[in-house]
Amino acid sequence: MANPVKFLTRTRGNGSGGLHWTDWLSYFYLFCGVLLMFLPVIWLGFSSFKTEADLLRFPPRLLPMAQETVMVDGYDEPLPLYRIKGGEHEGKTLAQIRRVGIIAQMVDPDAPDERLKVNIKEREPIESFRLATENYTELFEKFNFGRYLWNSVFITATATIIMLIVNSMAAFALSKYQFKGRTVVLALVIGTLMIPQTVVLVPLFMISRELYLTDSLWGVIIPGAATPTGVFLLRQYMLTIPDEILDAARMDKASEWKIFWRIILPLSAPAIAVLAILAIMWRWNDFLWPLIVLSDSDNFTLQLALNAFQGDLNTQWSNLLAMTMLVLLPIAIVFAFLQKYIATGIASTGGK
Amino acid sequence: MLAVLNPLMRLIEVPMKWMQDTLGLKNPAWLFLLPNLILFGLFAFLPVIINFVYSLTGSDGILLANRPYVGASNFDYLLDCGSYVDPNSCRDDFFWRAVHNTILFVILQVGLMVGFSLLTALILNRKIRARGFFRSVFFFPVLLSPVVVALIWKWILQREGVLNAWLEAIGLESFNWLLDPSWAFGWSVFLSIWAHMGFYTLILLAGLQAIPRDVYEAAMMDRASPWRVFRRITLPLLMPTMLVVLVLALIKGVQTFDEIFAFTGGGPGSATTFIIQYIYNTGFAGTPRLFGLASAASIMLAVVLVILTFLQLWANRKNVDG
Repeated sequence: MANPVKFLTRTRGNGSGGLHWTDWLSYFYLFCGVLLMFLPVIWLGFSSFKTEADLLRFPPRLLPMAQETVMVDGYDEPLPLYRIKGGEHEGKTLAQIRRVGIIAQMVDPDAPDERLKVNIKEREPIESFRLATENYTELFEKFNFGRYLWNSVFITATATIIMLIVNSMAAFALSKYQFKGRTVVLALVIGTLMIPQTVVLVPLFMISRELYLTDSLWGVIIPGAATPTGVFLLRQYMLTIPDEILDAARMDKASEWKIFWRIILPLSAPAIAVLAILAIMWRWNDFLWPLIVLSDSDNFTLQLALNAFQGDLNTQWSNLLAMTMLVLLPIAIVFAFLQKYIATGIASTGGK
Repeated sequence: MLAVLNPLMRLIEVPMKWMQDTLGLKNPAWLFLLPNLILFGLFAFLPVIINFVYSLTGSDGILLANRPYVGASNFDYLLDCGSYVDPNSCRDDFFWRAVHNTILFVILQVGLMVGFSLLTALILNRKIRARGFFRSVFFFPVLLSPVVVALIWKWILQREGVLNAWLEAIGLESFNWLLDPSWAFGWSVFLSIWAHMGFYTLILLAGLQAIPRDVYEAAMMDRASPWRVFRRITLPLLMPTMLVVLVLALIKGVQTFDEIFAFTGGGPGSATTFIIQYIYNTGFAGTPRLFGLASAASIMLAVVLVILTFLQLWANRKNVDG
């Protein structure tokens, strides 16, 4: 370890040699990639903890800073603190009562009886690092955030469970039974691959309306409950389960349904887990169909609420950014723990 | 979760067992298929048929009974163009602007994205430290919701955003990016690549790792140059995966809507309005709701998608077990 640079830069395989110039280029590319992919999210995180005043500052600063305030006898509200850097009060720390034109009325917190007049150019705000957590708490107090969160969680959970049950039943039938028309059904399932939601929006809306599903959470849950991807993923996995296990169970007079949920489902757990993760992600991030089927803002999911917020001119960036963070967070946490499964799941199904 | 599901499963078992025992149903396959087939029928196949009916009828009624038959006039309206190259010469210029935007967007986005994904996958396939970490970094944005992606970049690109601050710091002019049609379009392409390239990188990386090692070892024996190895071994053997990636990216690119809608709302003007947003605006956002036009546009989109899906199945045919 005489040469630390050499130690850090040596590659697997050829332990003695240093890095080839193409290796340096590769690491440089990857490093740029890390910056490009992560920095925007980190910047969002920092920004979401800034006060509205700090957010409007240009050029922006990295860390959330807020002006210090002090309670002064005789005033109900806390007053902002300034350091005076010129004029007759130079060097003092004063609190501002109000500002009239270019003159600020100020008061010394230690001698609150006397009002001082200071030119605004001679004062400088005293700021310190502070996380504006009120951006987040206000979401629950003023913006009905809890409601949207509940809608999203309810839709995601219910839709995932229904989808897993319905799709695994179909996959079971298609993998473990011989019957007339199996090829036809398989062809039909492949056929639905060719009908993405985006090309049947109008009739889908009409059918949902006739079934009294519009403007209800069930209208988001039911139409997407059967997916060709899910059926295929589960079927391919169930094909690998030996039929002898089923025959043994039938000897013991287990009903077909019991075979399904006591034997096949537990044995398909890995595939079901992958599908569950995918379903949760699809539902949590779903946008176009909820946008069409839900119209009352009480039924909005987090995604819809976030989109409606950003279009609303009364919305402040501080709350909007905090809400973005909260929508992002569950996915980030799931990703941190399950990224291996997500990656394999997505690679094996080819997305949606 | 099992605590909830177990009683439910027991409950379903009662009628299922009854049908099996009493009705003597030896092969309950259709029972298991039923819920799935009902859902597919109601929400996939039936809509396709109704879509045609909608496209051939007029008025703004949602019920088919309230919709008079108008023949192919919806299609005529959409296709009535002096020249298909110039949207201004079309009766429905908004539709043709959306079509033009979508075509340009797909060419730029798919081309650049597959290029960068391939480059990233090739680099990740080298002997790299912390490969897992780098792989997940590129993959991370894939999981973000479209609205979150849009807001992250809106916050960076806004008039007083961090990008403008940085430009001014190095002595350049700041710029209102999303109010300029060309820049808004360019940033839409960028945002879409940023959000999705990790997915394609992942598939290409899997394809690269499936290439057998001994082929490379043989090439090394022959002292083939790295460029030659790439041209003659990596690229041809990766071709099937490349094809799948390309078609998949095309299918998704044509249907781009969510993140761009949240990012620019289709604007400024109609600079970032794509075909799905045309359908959404015509059928659901505007008044009167022109369901017929929206359906007609959907059918034209469907034709493109069906062709692309056949391409996908063809490219993917080795992986699909019939």
